[in-house]
Amino acid sequence: MSNLLRETASQTAGPYVHIGLAPHAAGFDIFDNKVGPVLVTPETKGERIRIEGIVADGSGTPVRDVLIEIWQANAAGKYNHPGDRQPGKAIDPSFRGWGRAASDFDTGAYAFETIKPGSVMGRDGRPMAPHINFWLVARGINIGLHTRMYFGDEAPANAKDPVINLIEWQVRRQTLIAPREQRGDVAVYRFDIRLQGEGETVFFDI
Amino acid sequence: MTRAPQPGDEFLMRDPSSHPPAHAPGYKTSVLRSPRNALISLQQSLSEVTGPVIGIDELGPLDHDLIMNYARSGLPVGERIIVHGHVRDQFGRPVKNALIEVWQANASGRYRHKNDQYIGALDPNFGGCGRMLTDENGCYAYRTIKPGPYPWRNRINDWRPSHIHVAISGDGWAQRLVTQMYFEGDPLIATCPILRAIPDESQIRGLIALQDTSAFVQFDSRAYRFDIVLRGQRATLFENHVQGEAK
Repeated sequence: MSNLLRETASQTAGPYVHIGLAPHAAGFDIFDNKVGPVLVTPETKGERIRIEGIVADGSGTPVRDVLIEIWQANAAGKYNHPGDRQPGKAIDPSFRGWGRAASDFDTGAYAFETIKPGSVMGRDGRPMAPHINFWLVARGINIGLHTRMYFGDEAPANAKDPVINLIEWQVRRQTLIAPREQRGDVAVYRFDIRLQGEGETVFFDI
Repeated sequence: MTRAPQPGDEFLMRDPSSHPPAHAPGYKTSVLRSPRNALISLQQSLSEVTGPVIGIDELGPLDHDLIMNYARSGLPVGERIIVHGHVRDQFGRPVKNALIEVWQANASGRYRHKNDQYIGALDPNFGGCGRMLTDENGCYAYRTIKPGPYPWRNRINDWRPSHIHVAISGDGWAQRLVTQMYFEGDPLIATCPILRAIPDESQIRGLIALQDTSAFVQFDSRAYRFDIVLRGQRATLFENHVQGEAK
C-alpha cells in the first residue's frame, strides 16, 4: 500500500471559518453563497421541519463559533448525487440537501430549515432509518467531526437502523436521537451536540 | 487498480496518523473540544459516499480573484500572489469539479470578521474569501494577497505563521476536508502549535506551499504551488449485497 498517496493533513477551520463558508455571519457580504441554513424553497417536496440546538464543549459551555454542515436525502429517501442509484426514487430538483449554519456568536444556538428525509437503503440491503448527516468544524477541532441526527418520532425504524445498532452502548445511542416538538405549525427537532464529557455525542469515523 | 471509480464507490479508510489528533494539548482550545470516546467506525453507505454537487454556474467570475472580488476604491495592499495546484485522490487520480473555498487574513494579519479585534488594519479593498472548482485535470488557481502573520491567544506570545484556510468538497461526504496552507520559508512554521499537532513531519511539509517561479506573472505576481490529496475512491471488487439494491 506504500504507493498510495497520503491524504493531506487536516487543520482546524479556526475562529474565522465564517469568512470562507458563511460570509454573511462574519459580518459582510461578498458573493451570493447559496449554501445556508435554509435548504428548502416553496417548490421543495416534503414535510417542513426545523432543527435547532447548541453544540457544547467539555465544560458544558456552548461553542459559539462552530460551523455545521448537513447533508441529507430528499423526502423520497434519495440523495441528489449520481452515486445514488436506488431504483424507483426520483431526485427533487428543488432540493440539493446541503446546508450550512453558524452558531449564534452570543448564544451558541444554531438552526436549519429543511424537510424530513425519507429512508435510504443501507449498505447491506437493510433500510436505514431517516437521518441527517452532520459535520462540525470550529476553532479547537483539528479534524471535522461526523455524526448523524435521527428522528425521535421514528422509534421503530431507529430500533432496526444498522448504524444505530453498531453502537454497543444503549445509553450512547440516545445522543443521536432528536426529540420532536410541535410549535404552532412547525415541527421542531432539538439536536444538542456534546463534544466531550457527560452525554458525549457519538461521532463516526466514516 | 482495475477500473476507474464510479460515483458512489466507497473511499479508503482514513489513516489517523496523517492528521493531528483531536486532543492536542499544545493547541489549548482543543482540550475541551475533543471527544474522549473512540469514533465509531462504520461501513460507508449512500450517506457517506454521496455528497453535494456544485455547478459552475453557481460561481461568479471574480470568486477566485481575491485581489478584485472586494476591491471598492482601489487595489488591496500587500504582496500579489497566485496560488495553484491540483487535487488528486490517494491513487493519484484527479478529483474533478471539487469545490475549493479559501479564506484568510489580509496583509496586516487582520481578518474581516466581527470577532477579530487585532490592531492590524482592515483593508477596505480586501474581503479575504474566494472559491473555485477544479477543472477536468483536477487543477485550480486563484489570485490573492499574501496574508500576514498575527498573534493569537494560546501561549502569551504565540503568532500564527502566514496561512490560507482551505475547505475542499470532493466526490463524497467522506472526502470533505479542511486544512491550512503555509508558505515556504516562514520562520513561524517551526513553532506553530496548530501545525505541530500533526504527528508526522512529511505531512507537515505537505501543507507548506513552495514558491513556483514557473508560474510567476511578469511585473505582476509571484506564485505558490499547493497540491491537495483527498481520500482515494476505490471500486469494490466483490460484495454479496450490491449497495442500494433492494432485497
